[in-house]
Amino acid sequence: MENNDSKNDSRRQFIKKISTGSLLAASGLAITSLTSCKESSKEKTTLLTTDGKLVEVSNSEISSLEHKHITPKESRQGIPGKKWVMVVDLGKCKNAKKCVDACDKHHNLTPDRPYIKVLEMKDNEKSSPYWMPKKCFQCDNPPCVKVCPVGATYKRTDGIVLIDNERCIGCRFCMAACPYSARVFNWAEPPEENQDELYSPETSIPSKIGTVGKCDFCPDMLRKNMLPHCVTKCPNGVIYFGDEIEDTVTNGEETVRLSTLLKDKAGYRYMEELGTKPRVYYLPPVDRMFPFEKDTEESSES
Amino acid sequence: MRNSNMKPQLFNSEREKDLLGHLVTTSLKYKLWIAFLLLIIIIGGYAYYRQLTLGLVVTAMRDYTSWGIYISNFVFFVAISLVGSLISSILKLNKNEWAKPLTRVSEIIAVAAIICAAVIIIVDMGRPDRFFYVITHLRIQSPIIWDVIIISTYLIISLLLLYLSLLPDIALCRDRLTTIPKWKKWMYRITAINWTNHPKQIKLLKKVSRVLAITVLPVAFAIHTVTSWLFATTWRPGWDSTNLGPYFVSGAFMAGAAAIIFTMYLMRKHLKLEAYITEYHFDKMGRLLVLLSLVYLYFNINEYLGPAFKMVGVEGEHITELFVGKYAPLYWFVQLGGLVFPIILLIIKPFRKPLPLFIISLFVILGAWIKRFLIVIPSLQHPYLPIQGVDESYLHYNPTWEEWAITLSSFAWLLLIITVLIKLFPVIPIQEKKEESKTVVEQNTLKNETF
Repeated sequence: MENNDSKNDSRRQFIKKISTGSLLAASGLAITSLTSCKESSKEKTTLLTTDGKLVEVSNSEISSLEHKHITPKESRQGIPGKKWVMVVDLGKCKNAKKCVDACDKHHNLTPDRPYIKVLEMKDNEKSSPYWMPKKCFQCDNPPCVKVCPVGATYKRTDGIVLIDNERCIGCRFCMAACPYSARVFNWAEPPEENQDELYSPETSIPSKIGTVGKCDFCPDMLRKNMLPHCVTKCPNGVIYFGDEIEDTVTNGEETVRLSTLLKDKAGYRYMEELGTKPRVYYLPPVDRMFPFEKDTEESSES
Repeated sequence: MRNSNMKPQLFNSEREKDLLGHLVTTSLKYKLWIAFLLLIIIIGGYAYYRQLTLGLVVTAMRDYTSWGIYISNFVFFVAISLVGSLISSILKLNKNEWAKPLTRVSEIIAVAAIICAAVIIIVDMGRPDRFFYVITHLRIQSPIIWDVIIISTYLIISLLLLYLSLLPDIALCRDRLTTIPKWKKWMYRITAINWTNHPKQIKLLKKVSRVLAITVLPVAFAIHTVTSWLFATTWRPGWDSTNLGPYFVSGAFMAGAAAIIFTMYLMRKHLKLEAYITEYHFDKMGRLLVLLSLVYLYFNINEYLGPAFKMVGVEGEHITELFVGKYAPLYWFVQLGGLVFPIILLIIKPFRKPLPLFIISLFVILGAWIKRFLIVIPSLQHPYLPIQGVDESYLHYNPTWEEWAITLSSFAWLLLIITVLIKLFPVIPIQEKKEESKTVVEQNTLKNETF
C-alpha cells in the first residue's frame, strides 16, 4: 500500500512539473491525444521529465490535467470573451440524424429522449415540408432561468444556459416554461456508464436521477477549442457554430462571417415574437440540397 | 351508545352534552373509518416508496406531460383550503351570524387541505432530498418561491385562526371532561394555555381574532393567485392568460363551499348535530354555492371565449381538443355536471335540502378536481413545436397505479386530519357568546319550521 502511495505521489509531482509547461513535447502529445484519450485510457505514453527521466503515464492522467475538471461553481462563469452562436441551414438538412447520434453518445443519452430532435416541419398547407434540427436555443432572455426556484439553471457570460444537476430539485417548472420543449428529465436512473466520472455541469455527465438535462453547446469541447459534436458529425455541414464577438461561424468545412451569412440568407430566429432572444439562428429551407424524403424506418420509430 | 360509560360524564347543559359527547365516546364506525383511511395511506406509502427508489419513471409523466395529477391535485387542495377564509373571514366580517356553526369546520378543512397541498408538491419533486434548497438557495424571482412563501404564511394564519377560536372550548374540555384518558386531559390542559375566561382574555382574543380575520383575506386571495401564476408566467396554451388569477380564485371559492357542504352533511349525520346544523344552514350554503358558481361561470366564459373565437395556432388546437377532441367528455362533464347543472338545480328550493345539496356538492367537488386535471395536462400536450422523435409513451398521459394510489392517499390524509381534529375538539363553538348562539339556534329552528 505504501509503495503504491509513494508511486502515486511521484506521479502527481511529475504531473505538476508538466503543468509548469517546461515540457513542450509532452504537452503537444497530450493535446493530440485528447480526442481519443477517453477510449484509450489503458494506453500509456512515455514522457520526458524536466530532470531528464523517461516516465510512463496513462493517457487519462494527461487529459485530466490539461483540461481540469470544471466544478459546478466554476461552470457558472462563461468562457471569457466569447458569445457562442449557432446557425442552422435548413436548406441542407436531410434528416441524417448524425447530430442526434453524436449528441446521444457524448451525453450518454438513451435514444427515446435525445437532446436534439429533428422535426418534420411544414409552415402552411401549400409550402413544402422540411427538416428542422432543434436543440436548446440558449436564449438571451431565457424563460427557464427566470422560473428556477433554486438557481440550478443559469445564463453564462458566453451565452450558454447550463444546468447544475447537483442543485436541481426536479420541480420541472423550467420544462413547463420553455416554449421550445428543449428540456428533458431524468425520470429513471440514467445508464450505468460514466458513473465513476466526476460530475461537471459542463459535461452533464454522469447525469443524475430526478433532475433536468438539455443541449448545452458542449462547453467541455469549447474549452478545448473544439466544435460541439453535432457540428462536426453532420455529414452535410448543416450546423454552423462560432463566436458572435468574432463575427465568424464555421461548420467545420467553411468559415463565414456571421453577419454576412444572416444578411445574405435571411437568417431568422424561431418564434421571435416570444422575446426570448435565442442564440440559434435558422436559414430558410431554400435552395435545397436534398429533396424532402421521409425514411419509413424513421416514421415507424417516432 | 353515547352514555354507556361506567362513570357517566356530567354536562352542565344540553348544548354541552350534544357538542362534547363525541369527544368522550368512540364508536365502532369511527374506528372502521380510521382503519379504512390508514389502509389507503399505507398503500399510497408503498407507491411512494417505489417512486423514491425507482424515480419518477413509475409515474406516467414524461418530457412533454411533465406535470401530472400530482400538480393538478396540488392546485385542487390549494383551492379547497381557501374555504377557511371564506367562512371565517368574509362571512364573519360581514356579520353573517348564520355561518357561525360552520366557522370551525371550515377552518379545519383549510388547515388540512393546505398541509396536504404542501406535502403533495414535495411528492412531485424529482429530488425531495433537496427540498430545503428552496430556502438555502432561494431565488426570489421564481414564482415557486412566491408560492412557498405564501403557502407557509397561509398555513400559519389558518392554524392560528383555528387554534385561537378553539381556546375557550379547549378550556371547557379541560374543566368539564372527566371520563377521558390521561393523555387527553394532559393535551387539553397544555393546549388551553391557562385560559380562564377572564374578561381581559376574552377582550384580547376578540381583538386578535379580528386582526387575523382581516389578514387572512389578502393572503387567501394571494395563495391561489400565486398558484395560478405558476401557469400564467409561461407561454403554454391555456395558461398564457391574464384571466388566470381571478379564474382560479373564483373556482376555489366554489370548490371550497362544496367541500363545506360535503363535510357538514356527514358531520351532522354522524355526530347527531341536527339541532345545530339545520336545514336553514344547508339552504344558505346552497344559495352561497349558486352565487360563487355564477362568478366562476363568468370567469370560465372569459377564459375560453377569446381563444375559442380566435383559434390561433396551438391555442386553437388546445381548445379544439377540449371542446370536441380527446378531452371533450371530461371537459363537458366538468362544465355541465360540475357547473351549469348545479347552478340551475340549486336555484330551485327543494334541491337546497341537505341530501340533494350534498349530492350536488359531490358533483361540484369531482368537477373541480377534473377541472384542475384539464387545466394542467392538455396544455402541456400542446407545445409550440410538434412532439416528434421521442418514445411512443411520451405522447399520452394515463396516470399509473402509483400515481392514483399516492393521490388517493393524499385524500385519505385530508380526511384523516379532518376526522381526527373533529374527534379531538368541539366542532361547533360552544362558549362563544353563549346566549347569542343559543338564540341563533332557536331562530334557525324557527326558520326551519317556516320552510
